[in-house]
Amino acid sequence: MLEIKDLHASVNGKEILKGINLTIKAGEVHAIMGPNGSGKSTLSSVLVGNPAFEVTRGSVTFKGKNLLELKPEERSHEGLFLSFQYPVEIPGVSMVNFMRTAVNEKRKYHGLDPLSASQFLRLMREKRAIVDLDNRLANRSVNEGFSGGEKKRNEIFQMAMLEPVLSILDETDSGLDIDALRIVAEGVNKLKTSETSCIVITHYQRLLDYIKPDIVHVLYDGRIVKTAGPELAMELEERGYDWIKKEIGEV
Amino acid sequence: MSVEQQYIDLFKQYREEICSHSAGAMNQVRDKAFYDFQTLGFPTDKLEKYRHTDVSKYFASNYGLNISRVDIPVTPDAVFNCDVPNMSTSLYFVLNDLFYNKILPKVSLPEGVVLGSLRDFADNHQDVMAKYYAKLAKTEEDGVTAYNTTFAQDGVILYVPKGVVVERPIQIINVLRSNVDLLVNRRVLIILEDGAQARLLVCDHAIDKVNFLTTQVVEVYAGRDTVFDMYELEETSEMCKRISNMYVNQEADSNVLLNNMTLYNGETRNSTLVTLSGEGAHIGLYGMAIADKQQHVDNCTKIDHTVPHGTSHELYKYVLDDHAVGSFFGLVQVRPGAQKTNSLETNKNLCVTKDARMYAQPQLIINADDVKCSHGATVGQLDEAALFYMRSRGISEREARLLLMFAFVNEVIDTIRLEALKERLHLLVEKRFRGELNRCGSCHKCS
Repeated sequence: MLEIKDLHASVNGKEILKGINLTIKAGEVHAIMGPNGSGKSTLSSVLVGNPAFEVTRGSVTFKGKNLLELKPEERSHEGLFLSFQYPVEIPGVSMVNFMRTAVNEKRKYHGLDPLSASQFLRLMREKRAIVDLDNRLANRSVNEGFSGGEKKRNEIFQMAMLEPVLSILDETDSGLDIDALRIVAEGVNKLKTSETSCIVITHYQRLLDYIKPDIVHVLYDGRIVKTAGPELAMELEERGYDWIKKEIGEV
Repeated sequence: MSVEQQYIDLFKQYREEICSHSAGAMNQVRDKAFYDFQTLGFPTDKLEKYRHTDVSKYFASNYGLNISRVDIPVTPDAVFNCDVPNMSTSLYFVLNDLFYNKILPKVSLPEGVVLGSLRDFADNHQDVMAKYYAKLAKTEEDGVTAYNTTFAQDGVILYVPKGVVVERPIQIINVLRSNVDLLVNRRVLIILEDGAQARLLVCDHAIDKVNFLTTQVVEVYAGRDTVFDMYELEETSEMCKRISNMYVNQEADSNVLLNNMTLYNGETRNSTLVTLSGEGAHIGLYGMAIADKQQHVDNCTKIDHTVPHGTSHELYKYVLDDHAVGSFFGLVQVRPGAQKTNSLETNKNLCVTKDARMYAQPQLIINADDVKCSHGATVGQLDEAALFYMRSRGISEREARLLLMFAFVNEVIDTIRLEALKERLHLLVEKRFRGELNRCGSCHKCS
């Protein structure tokens, strides 16, 4: 589904990603862990096409297409989704308007008619239930005045609305209490099918207790330095990252 | 020859004709106005308040004036479409500066309320005219006001007697219609006696593709305990220049809301002077401008708190695209003794392109020591983080920009106290941003 080869990327002339190689198949859940500043969020930003980042080398193929050539909105239409670490507040733009525009633009891209008002509201209601998102929030401006937990739930709600094939969860667990974490994780699991894949970026094991990864990668200094099964996450939780740094001869 | 000279000559030559096609009460102030006009001349950019709009240049072109009040043919159908739907208003038309009394609303106004030709009213109500006409609009203080008072022959009167509440909103459509370049001098007088209430929507349209220059002087007298809303909506064309000077006097406990929206224009300068002369008066002064191409919008406002316990809330927002130029000059003055004044003045602007220019100058002069006042202005671009967030959800860049611009001006639309107009404006603004409102031409977009 996704194939990243020798990906290099920089921001403001500073190289952050220094040769990422990663292949994700349909139905897989990959966890990407690593210390602060290792390039995890940069990787997710580059994949969804944030213009602040510049790809300097390498290739990314998504469903057989050259992902790097697509605009951010086209990547979304093709089925890529990022749950933002810091969801953006958009005062004055209502959630309903925002989602209706997003859903209908995707339908247009795939040659489908826009949803009628009643169809759309039914869809909203159905998807809201997945993350237990209050109707009150759905009528407000996008993320404005939402608590940290509500913002993250809203991300998963949007994911449910857009039905992506590859979702990237960028530190979706940060700032969540146990209950909110469970709701968000259960939401992600409900949306999971054998056709869809997921990249979970996290510092901690705790989210992975709910969303079970098939493969765990450690990203360090812009490279994937270790790849193993779910047991790697447990080990990192216990031992930290220093042993990995030693292993690659840095310390 | 100075720009003024041709107008001075014109007045000297046609003085009799101008007067004979107007009303005595309007003629009485003409000589003084003419004297002041000759002294002041047209304002140039050397004056602080006209710094970004040199209106003297507007008058340099050759325009026709309809001094002898020649009838102008008009197709009522063309203008009728312009009603704001879902909103039942008492609808009137003003053709250039001529009150058009061939189409009048079917439902009559409450007893004693007058909405009609200022000239006709002036003939029959000399006492009222003597008390109110050209009193707030001092000809010695502004060259355009002096000029307008010199040449104005007709316009609109809204008179609401003591204690009368006009439930149904009144709508006036100003239609600019001419086969040759035309200079229009319109005069509006609004009097609400104590306890009166009314809501007025004024739409500016231009039918013909000729150059129009409009000067307009509006005087509003809001008596004690009055409630008055006035919404001005300009949807003209690139070939229209508008200079409007509005003067408002508010007595004790009056509540006035003014909202001036420039949706489509050529060059516009609106000046609004509000004096709170009675305690407990409230003014809500709002405005928005959407401009692109070479369009120019200048709003110059002053709120004068002369007595205690006045409140003012001011908000102006501009969205400037292409090479558009915007200017906002807003002064809030708190006079000595005007204690407990509460004033908030905000001006926020979006420059969508690098070539768009915005000049913002919010000012506070406070001469009292127990007041709560704040003022501020921002000029910025669309929020890049929000744009990217929306694009990552599949919303195209164009659509995302549109949603953000729309959200930006919503704050001004939301101050409107007429639900149907609010809804209508949401639609009109969306059309405007989508580029579907690119010319006014016979109000086709309202149909």
